[in-house]
Amino acid sequence: MARLTVGGSGRRALLIAFVSTVVFFGLIAFLVVNAPGWDQVRRQFFNWDNFFASAPGIVARFEVNVRLFLIAEVLILTLGLLVAVLRGLPGPVLFPLRLLATAYTDLFRAVPGLLVIYVLGFGVPGLRLPGVPNDPFFWGVVALTLVYSAYVSEVYRAGIDSVHPSQAAAARSLGLSQAQALRFVVLPQAVRRVIPPLLNDFIGLQKDTVLVSFIGVVEIFRQSQIRSSATFDFTPYLATALVFVLLTIPLARITDWLVAREKDRRYATSVRATGQRGRRGRFLGGGG
Amino acid sequence: MTTVSAPTLRIEALHKSFGDLEVLKGIDLAVAEHEVVCLIGASGSGKSTLLRCINLLEPIDDGRIFVAGEEITAHGVDVDRIRRHIGIVFQAFNLFPHMSVLDNVTLAPRRVLRTDRPAAEERATALLERFGLADKRLDYPDRLSGGQQQRVAIVRALAMEPRLLLLDEVTSALDPELIAEVLAVIRELAGEGMTMVIATHEMGFARDIANRVVFLDEGRVLEDGPPDRMFREPAEARTREFLQRIIEAGRL
Ligand SMILES: Nc1ncnc2c1ncn2[C@@H]1O[C@H](COP(=O)(O)OP(=O)(O)OP(=O)(O)O)[C@@H](O)[C@H]1O
Ligand SMILES: [Mg+2]
Repeated sequence: MARLTVGGSGRRALLIAFVSTVVFFGLIAFLVVNAPGWDQVRRQFFNWDNFFASAPGIVARFEVNVRLFLIAEVLILTLGLLVAVLRGLPGPVLFPLRLLATAYTDLFRAVPGLLVIYVLGFGVPGLRLPGVPNDPFFWGVVALTLVYSAYVSEVYRAGIDSVHPSQAAAARSLGLSQAQALRFVVLPQAVRRVIPPLLNDFIGLQKDTVLVSFIGVVEIFRQSQIRSSATFDFTPYLATALVFVLLTIPLARITDWLVAREKDRRYATSVRATGQRGRRGRFLGGGG
Repeated sequence: MTTVSAPTLRIEALHKSFGDLEVLKGIDLAVAEHEVVCLIGASGSGKSTLLRCINLLEPIDDGRIFVAGEEITAHGVDVDRIRRHIGIVFQAFNLFPHMSVLDNVTLAPRRVLRTDRPAAEERATALLERFGLADKRLDYPDRLSGGQQQRVAIVRALAMEPRLLLLDEVTSALDPELIAEVLAVIRELAGEGMTMVIATHEMGFARDIANRVVFLDEGRVLEDGPPDRMFREPAEARTREFLQRIIEAGRL
């Protein structure tokens, strides 16, 4: 289970955990502070004047990352689902579609995201085709969407596969078409099960929004770079890192909580189900 | 072509294999309207496969199946349309766990028959009430007992007003004390003249309810007849053997 627990029980355990934490981090701090180059590092990374001077500009630039993230996320959830469904289509007629969807996921999971961003952000506008935008933000969204949808479609697919075929059979036996069975019976169950891994991918995407700085989008990372080269110190990066940490930690906790809840729920249902399957002697009392 | 005298279900020389394993080796069977036929036979004799073929959930290899005179195994028939008229209830209930009881029952009428929600819910509620499930209509399936779940599954099939209902060992997943409530529902349906094909290991129930008992042996209909004769003086040695084993197991 992913919950953060002290381990053990009672006040004694709590005390031991506290002492060992203090000793552990104290030791690391001691080693860092007594390192030969500490003075220089402190000046370059922990310059509080620079920190407070650069922080407002950096936090303001974060708006670009948030916008990028939100737009891309909506597109990713849609495209990922579409690709997952395409890959699951039956029948020989639809083979080309399955092939295309498979090639897409293979390709975009293979190529490093940064390369995709470069190729789309510099290459496509470089063609100077009429009507094709050359806004780096636009191409940043497109590149991240293409890369992440490939991953997300695999997550969806695992979710779809985890729904027992008897569910689709029950839907079809009632006269629902293949598409209706997918839409009303299979997908709702599949999506519910993959919410935690999807959130996990969100965390990755959130961080990867900084990659679009490489094609000229002035977002939080680029902003800290600008500040950093103006003052010749790295403190702005510290501020940037802090922004991501503050955003990611709550999301990570929520994900853990959802995973734990899903696990509890599934465990509860499966115990119940086996209790009902056994012809004789149910070991769980009361079914209704 | 539909004629008045056409049986509700007619199967001709049905063959079905899974890979090298031939499960159904030429089944011939006719079920008249309002008739209740019980399929009995050892585990693996092909009862479930036969029911799944009738509902077109399994593609067949050879032979023909007619429902109300129409060949449903013909090329180009709309399987979704056929399935509307054939209900099936499975051993494992297969309720939709993400939907309330009411939504389970109204899904197909709403999406397939395009009944509007109030009308579909009204009908569903009436059906649920008849089978003692009215107070469960807003519950999710995992809150129900096995017997209640199976009754909901039956109601869900009935909501489509099928002209033929297939039941595949609908009580085998249930605890003994819950079997009776499900059998009572089936008995009531039989009393109303619902045409049914029932695969079952409940021989006592088969003897009570069936107009005809069909003994399936290794993918063939070995013999069939009225329950009285089938259970008292079966003609075939293998039927006698099978029933003997059932009696020894204390299930008749
Ligand atoms: N999808 C499948 N793929 C391969 N083999 C199958 C499949 N479904 C059934 N079989 C095989 O077909 C044979 C008949 O199975 P079936 O489920 O129809 O028997 P049954 O009479 O319903 O048995 P039971 O009383 O145990 O339910 C068995 O040998 C089974 O292993
Ligand atoms: Mg079976």
